[in-house]
Amino acid sequence: MSRERVLRAIRVLDLSFFEPFVRLAFGEQPGRQLRKIALQVLVPLASFGLFLGAWTLAASNVETKYGTLPTPAQVWDQAGVLIAEHHAERQREADFHAAQARKAAELERAAAVLAGKADRGDPAPGLRDDAALLRDRARQTRAQRYSGPPTYIDQILTSLKTVFLGFLVASLIAIPLGVLCGLSRTFAMAVNPFVQIFKPVSPLAWLPIVMILVGALYTTPPEEAWFEKSFVTSALTVALCSLWPTLMNTALGVSSVPREYHAVAQVLGLSWWTRVRKIVIPAAMPMIFAGLRISLGVGWMVLIASEMLAQNPGLGKFIWDMFQNGSSQTLAQIMVAVFTIGAIGFLLDRVMVVLQRLVSHQPEVA
Amino acid sequence: MPDSGRARCFVELYNLGKSYDTPAGRQVVVRGFELRMEEGEFVAILGHSGCGKSTVLSMIAGLNAISEGGIVIGHREITGPGPDRGVVFQAPSLLPWLTAFDNVMLGVRQVHPRATRERRAEIVRHHLELVGLGDAHDRRPAELSLGMQQRVGIARALALSPRLLLLDEPFGMLDALTRMELQDVLIEILERERRTALMVTHDVDEALFLAHRIVLMTSGPEARVGELLEVPFASPRRRAAVLQHPAYYELRARIIEFLDEHDPMHRTTAAPA
Amino acid sequence: MALIELRGVGKTFPTVAGATEVLRGVDLTVAEGEFVAIVGFSGSGKSTLMSILAGLLRPDAGEVRVDGQPVRGAGPDRALVFQTYALLPWLSVRDNVRLAVDAAFPGWTAARRRAHVDEHVAMVGLAAAAGKRPGELSGGMRQRVAVARALAMDPRILLLDEPLGALDALTRGTLQAEIARIWAVTRKTVVMITNDVEEALVLADRVIVLEPGPRAHLGPSFAVPLPRPRVRAALNHDPAFAGLRNQILLHLTESRARRAGAARKVTHA
Repeated sequence: MSRERVLRAIRVLDLSFFEPFVRLAFGEQPGRQLRKIALQVLVPLASFGLFLGAWTLAASNVETKYGTLPTPAQVWDQAGVLIAEHHAERQREADFHAAQARKAAELERAAAVLAGKADRGDPAPGLRDDAALLRDRARQTRAQRYSGPPTYIDQILTSLKTVFLGFLVASLIAIPLGVLCGLSRTFAMAVNPFVQIFKPVSPLAWLPIVMILVGALYTTPPEEAWFEKSFVTSALTVALCSLWPTLMNTALGVSSVPREYHAVAQVLGLSWWTRVRKIVIPAAMPMIFAGLRISLGVGWMVLIASEMLAQNPGLGKFIWDMFQNGSSQTLAQIMVAVFTIGAIGFLLDRVMVVLQRLVSHQPEVA
Repeated sequence: MPDSGRARCFVELYNLGKSYDTPAGRQVVVRGFELRMEEGEFVAILGHSGCGKSTVLSMIAGLNAISEGGIVIGHREITGPGPDRGVVFQAPSLLPWLTAFDNVMLGVRQVHPRATRERRAEIVRHHLELVGLGDAHDRRPAELSLGMQQRVGIARALALSPRLLLLDEPFGMLDALTRMELQDVLIEILERERRTALMVTHDVDEALFLAHRIVLMTSGPEARVGELLEVPFASPRRRAAVLQHPAYYELRARIIEFLDEHDPMHRTTAAPA
Repeated sequence: MALIELRGVGKTFPTVAGATEVLRGVDLTVAEGEFVAIVGFSGSGKSTLMSILAGLLRPDAGEVRVDGQPVRGAGPDRALVFQTYALLPWLSVRDNVRLAVDAAFPGWTAARRRAHVDEHVAMVGLAAAAGKRPGELSGGMRQRVAVARALAMDPRILLLDEPLGALDALTRGTLQAEIARIWAVTRKTVVMITNDVEEALVLADRVIVLEPGPRAHLGPSFAVPLPRPRVRAALNHDPAFAGLRNQILLHLTESRARRAGAARKVTHA
């Protein structure tokens, strides 16, 4: 691959961190690249190292009701413990399913024996009924779900699913509304009071309302429902809080589509729908994505809070549970959760940045 | 005549060159640029964009290091920027939070640190008056048209009483009519005060109207002086008289032909258009 | 027979300082197949005039007729080329042109539309760059795309709003020759606004001065009897060119000076 292509890919992926390494590898102005590496790599590493050092020193001096403040090393250990627990739990689950399968097989064998007797003309009454009963029991045994506690990794996955559903709902509402607001001043004025009043509302205030409404309206029996109630509650709370940035950015992006593009549409005689599809939305795309990026960030923060408050499964609940249990590892595990939340938030943001880069139509400068 | 010429020589650029080190090797932008100017003379450097003419000007201004040769102004070799040279750039670059008056005052205070407040205000007022902004002292850049902003830029440069005025495409951002208007303002001031000025431009008519001599630069890399034209129009210069001078369109044709010959696109067809 | 007719056209815009009358009493007649250049400078109301011709703005006074019919809005019979190119940056050269062709000829088969697009991209010499996006093109190439897009609609009238204003002198010269060549082939009726007197003289049959606003109106009209094709380099040796250019330039500077003088008197009164 040529140097330009690598550099361009790096820029699109927003990995400018690696740029000096690549340039150095291609032997370009080594002194300058080394200085850049020092700035971009060594300085952040050094500052993080200082932070860890200060933390380690301070930890032993802070006494909490759960013991002394855990050091970074202890937090690291707990992360390992949480992962090990996850694997152990998965192992237990696998064992459980294996045991169930064995039991089911035994039951089926017994059923087969009874059925065989009946086939050979054994006159004992109810043999066939018993065989059917055993087969039924075997089916149930096989179908039985493992009901162990969710592990740390499970909680992470639940949180991610929840935030994505909420984000999706928010986007599906906010983008069309935003486009209409941007196109029509009348519509924007009609929507404006809701935006102004609901935008600053904390997720904690929405949560009870959402819980009550979901409880009242989402009456599908649990075994037929696609989603659990708690999942829907969290996702809707996320959606309610995270739709505003997308709505406002979309409206702004659409209303600031250059006048000349509208003039072009007029001169070309494009229909309203073609104009929206071919000109307005592509032109507003970078702004829309900027809004989505903020929305996803907000959604992730809101989610943790709502999970904590509503005791809905996810990382928030994990933290709350740890806080309630109060074992000696509690504090360290909460800190693991904090770092996890931060890291996932960062990754989500990166993903959005990349998407934003891909839809923005700036000329790529090599 | 040659003797007196040397005696009156005020600005001398000798064997001036500029080159950069790049990963692809040494890149020569300008090489062997020679020019002498008398006091009170107006010289225009004309060339295609990217030919290095602005590089020459910024070396004279002391804003760009000299790679080869040197620059002597008033018998002193220059090494960096100084108040003896005033520069007007293409963008007026005024400070948006200061009024026209304060923008000009900013430099005056540096050059005349010991003058009384009244004396300094007098200098500022005089120069704003010169550029025709006598009644716009208190306006901020945002309240001025681009043409008026550039007038402030010229007043700011003149108020420092530089011995040499350097103009880097000063009217490049203005429309043709405003450009002509500012050319009229500029030539009137320069002729009345007998200032020495060096201007970089790519506008043929601008160079012909303002300059006593025109330096035609070849296109870079390794740009140098291609031709030196004497402009024979009488002072004071008036637009109608200059345009109707029998030599005007001949000179214009000659310059355009020179520029067409040195069209960088023709020479390097491999470069993207 | 006049193809374009403007009678007493006026336009007023509301501003913070009250209503500003940008245009007043603009009269213009353009014959079919004629190339008319209007020379005006920034703030002279030329963009407003162009928008009215294109049907993007409605005049407050007077009327605009094309082929005898009053203009009620933008239409595919009048294609406008913007100074800023107004290309859609997310579409390739070909797709920018296609957008116009699809809108102008919905009844055509896909194959015919594709051929029409390719023909016009090739006409402006961009066949090799058809797949590129505007961001990858130079200013001159972008303006070629804009011209191709306008011509591909096969309009009766081509409106050029300072088409070369944002380009450097060299590229301007090249594109002027290009426009002259295309005009010689297509013989569209063209109204061009420019601030470059020389450009007007190179291209147009007639040059009209737009006396600057507020209350801009059309000033004297100069017929350009110079033989075609007009080669820029040779024109400087042509006394007729020099005479016309001086006449127009001096008229412009004098009318500007008169206006400035009048304005000064008003403020002092």
